[in-house]
Amino acid sequence: MATAGWNPRDKMNERLDQLQNSQVWRSIFRPGSIFRRGYADSPRNRAYVVMNSLLYHLHPVKVKRHGIKLSYTLCLGGLSFFLFILLTITGIYLMFFYRPEVSVVYADMQRLSAQVSFGLLVRNLHRWGAHLMVISVFLHMARVFYTGAYKPPREFNWIVGVILFLLTLLLSFTGYLLPWDQLAVWAVTVGTEMMKNSPVIGDQVQFALLGGPVIGPETLIRWYTLHVWLLPFVIVIFISIHFWRVRKDGGISGPM
Amino acid sequence: MPTPDEIYEQVLAEEQGKGSSPAVAQARAKAARVRAQKGAADPTKAQASVPAGGGAPSTSETPQAQSAAGTPPSSAAQPAAAAKPTPKAPAKKAVGNGGPAVPERVQRLLAVVKPEAIQKIERQPMDRVNVWPHLMAAEFLALLVIMALLTMFSVAVDAPLRDLANFSQTPNPSKAPWYFLGLQELLRYFHPQVAGVTIPTVLILAWFVWPFIDRTPSTRPEDRKVAIVLFTFYVITFAILSTIGMFFRGPGFNFIFPWETGPIFFEL
Repeated sequence: MATAGWNPRDKMNERLDQLQNSQVWRSIFRPGSIFRRGYADSPRNRAYVVMNSLLYHLHPVKVKRHGIKLSYTLCLGGLSFFLFILLTITGIYLMFFYRPEVSVVYADMQRLSAQVSFGLLVRNLHRWGAHLMVISVFLHMARVFYTGAYKPPREFNWIVGVILFLLTLLLSFTGYLLPWDQLAVWAVTVGTEMMKNSPVIGDQVQFALLGGPVIGPETLIRWYTLHVWLLPFVIVIFISIHFWRVRKDGGISGPM
Repeated sequence: MPTPDEIYEQVLAEEQGKGSSPAVAQARAKAARVRAQKGAADPTKAQASVPAGGGAPSTSETPQAQSAAGTPPSSAAQPAAAAKPTPKAPAKKAVGNGGPAVPERVQRLLAVVKPEAIQKIERQPMDRVNVWPHLMAAEFLALLVIMALLTMFSVAVDAPLRDLANFSQTPNPSKAPWYFLGLQELLRYFHPQVAGVTIPTVLILAWFVWPFIDRTPSTRPEDRKVAIVLFTFYVITFAILSTIGMFFRGPGFNFIFPWETGPIFFEL
């Protein structure tokens, strides 16, 4: 009799039941959530998991069976999106320790690597993740091309995808300058020298981008703002359009 | 006894002779054929011998029948082959008359609507799976794998941080970020305006308009040889140019073999 009342597993299940029955819990997890009490694996609940959650903005309830084959998509679009999320999170962390001001920026970079907790690791993740994102976006584009996924009704989403690729390059290129070391400023110098060759407006384009005839303090704050505010803002809009059109154009493209 | 198909032709000819529209004529001929297949006494006429829901009686074009579908026309007084009683008004009336229950429902052909006009089928049904758990499990696994690989790489290899920027000391060679090295390599061969502006602009424009140039509806590789060859040629060309720019360009951006001259002049 004494043991029956003190079975720790029963006690835990009872507490869990109480928690899942509470109004707070039920207000957070909508019907169909896997965290809801009494969730059972059934076709109806599998639909509810998607339909009754934020996930429904991203995924439909069902997708074509061939679409989840790794050999068709190679996960490249999802991978690019995941890298974008990772770069946002690591980038925000780096922003805590970084001042885009020429007199202090390099010292901040050194402090980030030497003194800040996980600073070096987060910076490594950010940099390698950024290179990987350029690669994965390009490979995603190649996959879409080789499977003919840009054909009607997906022509417009291909165009959005090309814009996303260009934005990815711009994000990477603007971030390249921010460490303010020899590698950064000279790579950006070479890159922007190419733009100067544009007919008629070449010098103006370069002046607007650099905030002057050559790279200087104005360039740093300009590219910092582009890198952490303007370009992410724009790319999020285009990512949203891209995902929305994937759904509206009938999901992932058909089998070949 | 004519075969059902002969009945079909006969009724069709009759209806066309009466001046019915082709759709109505076909529908009535089809109905007659069905009646013939079911073994009705006179399949060319829609009669009470047809079970409920069986056909479109031509006799129903009387005001009486038009008033209400549930009201039996005069022919309903005849005993019907199907004796299944229905709890509707006709049965009650039959009881009142002292006769047998007549389970009759008169149906009138009002219009013939082709199926595609009601429901336009654009997409063939496909084999579909639930996003939860099938797609999400795959996505989560991919996320874990890439996160693990990237973390391991980041622990092992540090991002470069060279000396403080010094504008009076140009590194030799100076190289653009790796994704622009193909263009920088092109600058060795063409006028800056061609390599730095014209070629990138044409390439980007080509990407944008490509879906409207390639009009082949097929996505099968064997139908898209030109597109695949063009894109592969583009990818390989830029891969080669970038590789030369990364590893085979030394001081002064001159061509070198990295295994002969020592260090690799390339940084990420």
